[in-house]
Amino acid sequence: MKSSRSRPDFVAPHLRDVPRSGIRDFFEIVSQREDVISLSIGEPDFVAPWHIREAAVFALDRGATSYTANLGLRELRQAVAAYVRRSFGPSYDPDTEILITVGVSEALDLAVRAVIAPGDEVLYHAPCYVSYAPVVAFAHGRPVAVPTRAEDGFRLRREALEAQVTPRTRALMLNFPTNPTGAVLAREDAEEIARFAVERDLLVITDEIYSELTYEAERVSVVAMPGMRERTIFLNGFSKTWAMTGFRVGFACAPPGLTEAMMKIHQYTMLCAPVVSQRAAIEALRGGDRDRDHMRAEYEKRRNFLHAGLNEIGLPCGLPGGAFYVFPSVAGRGLTSKEFSLRLLDEEKVACVPGSAFGSAGEGFIRCCFATDIEDIKEALARMGRFVRRLST
Amino acid sequence: MDELLRLLRKNALESPHNLARMLRLTEDEVRRRIAQYEQDGVIRAYQAVVNEDRLDLDRVRAVIEVKISPEREGGFDRVASRVARFDEVESLFLMSGTYDLLVFVRGATLKEVAWFVSEKLATLEGVLSTATHFMLKTYKDQGVLMHVEERDEKLKVSP
Ligand SMILES: Cc1ncc(COP(=O)(O)O)c(C=O)c1O
Repeated sequence: MKSSRSRPDFVAPHLRDVPRSGIRDFFEIVSQREDVISLSIGEPDFVAPWHIREAAVFALDRGATSYTANLGLRELRQAVAAYVRRSFGPSYDPDTEILITVGVSEALDLAVRAVIAPGDEVLYHAPCYVSYAPVVAFAHGRPVAVPTRAEDGFRLRREALEAQVTPRTRALMLNFPTNPTGAVLAREDAEEIARFAVERDLLVITDEIYSELTYEAERVSVVAMPGMRERTIFLNGFSKTWAMTGFRVGFACAPPGLTEAMMKIHQYTMLCAPVVSQRAAIEALRGGDRDRDHMRAEYEKRRNFLHAGLNEIGLPCGLPGGAFYVFPSVAGRGLTSKEFSLRLLDEEKVACVPGSAFGSAGEGFIRCCFATDIEDIKEALARMGRFVRRLST
Repeated sequence: MDELLRLLRKNALESPHNLARMLRLTEDEVRRRIAQYEQDGVIRAYQAVVNEDRLDLDRVRAVIEVKISPEREGGFDRVASRVARFDEVESLFLMSGTYDLLVFVRGATLKEVAWFVSEKLATLEGVLSTATHFMLKTYKDQGVLMHVEERDEKLKVSP
């Protein structure tokens, strides 16, 4: 420590305080091993459907290699407007209320930076996606975790929100279906959360990137609740729905003032999302329904299989209503989730992300992704079963 | 289509135990439904999809377009069922368009297939003409790609 102080440290202090991603730590360990079966990916194992890739190839063929409008291709914004209206309810004006971004990742950053002043507090439910707290910290805001519990299906309760809200609370970040728990938003919870946001005058940033991967449950968005459209930044994208993670394209929908604010940052820091990806995204919205349904049906069977298998080998978990993660408990064996994951990796060459990578609320769990080939899931379960049996003898 | 059938079409060797897990059914229910499908003739057979290009086999496959004259009673069915019964015939379809039957045949050699066409098929009563196309290479068969696609490596851990 001392020696580092003697050298000049150019890194900004608010960044220094953000811990390294637990996912990256784990990635570095896993990538040194051979023959690992990985249930620790956070992306579909499918390749983007061919007609979408072909649209990208065709765009390149025609010489689509330039910048686009800052907001994104108008044709794509129109397609997004129609899609959001059809699937979620609210109407957005493609000319003033929709911004095409470089993935939901960029959209999250824009949303937070557009509304957070230094010292503002932002609520988010935990365990949650790894980016939320850091993105708030980068904007000099204060991320405040609102715990959710496995016994409660990781639902977000009004009482839990009330316990964390203060006069400095400015915004609430939501992610349903949730990475890493697979929790979905029940209608009564959405109504309650909306009332809370209205009463406390909070902005809501809702990341619904897994919305198309909702299984038997009704698909509910907080933005469709009364009084919410004006105070919501709605985020969605193509990465999960159409297995397009590498295309890096997503979108934000919000009232004109908020869109303009996000646009200001986007315009000076990103200019626009890649044009080829935007062309591919148009094709996904235009002709991708069948692929989406096919992939969802495939995930559903894998989910059922992994859920049943984990419970059978003694790693209890609820049936996730959405996304492609199961979040079983590994508690009660005298190991932290990280120790459990590392030993599982060492002894049986199966990689699952320790729950602690998703915040302290994730301790005692591991995240197992079922966007994985069914044969790999079978083998992983057999190995995990052996491992758990060994632990309990 | 029933998800059970979809799964079996993809992998007929999948165990009832695993099928039950995937479909959230009991194993008994899975067994009962499979037995019912077999009994009703919905499931006709279980076969392996073999990439014969990888085997050192003497075999030739061909597709033959056949024009036939429909009969007053029975239409195309009588001729079609006679064609179907030859062992050489793997698949047979009645088609719309410029010909009537599409026949998939196999034989050990080109000569053997040619002989089948000229001696057996063309001479059947009702067959007006044939056009034979020999297959050179199989890229995809019954929904299965016959060569392994190279895939971009994905990260082993991602958020
Ligand atoms: C909840 C959540 N939000 C956002 C992202 C990032 O999505 P994109 O690829 O659109 O940047 C992910 C990816 O794992 C995610 O799980």
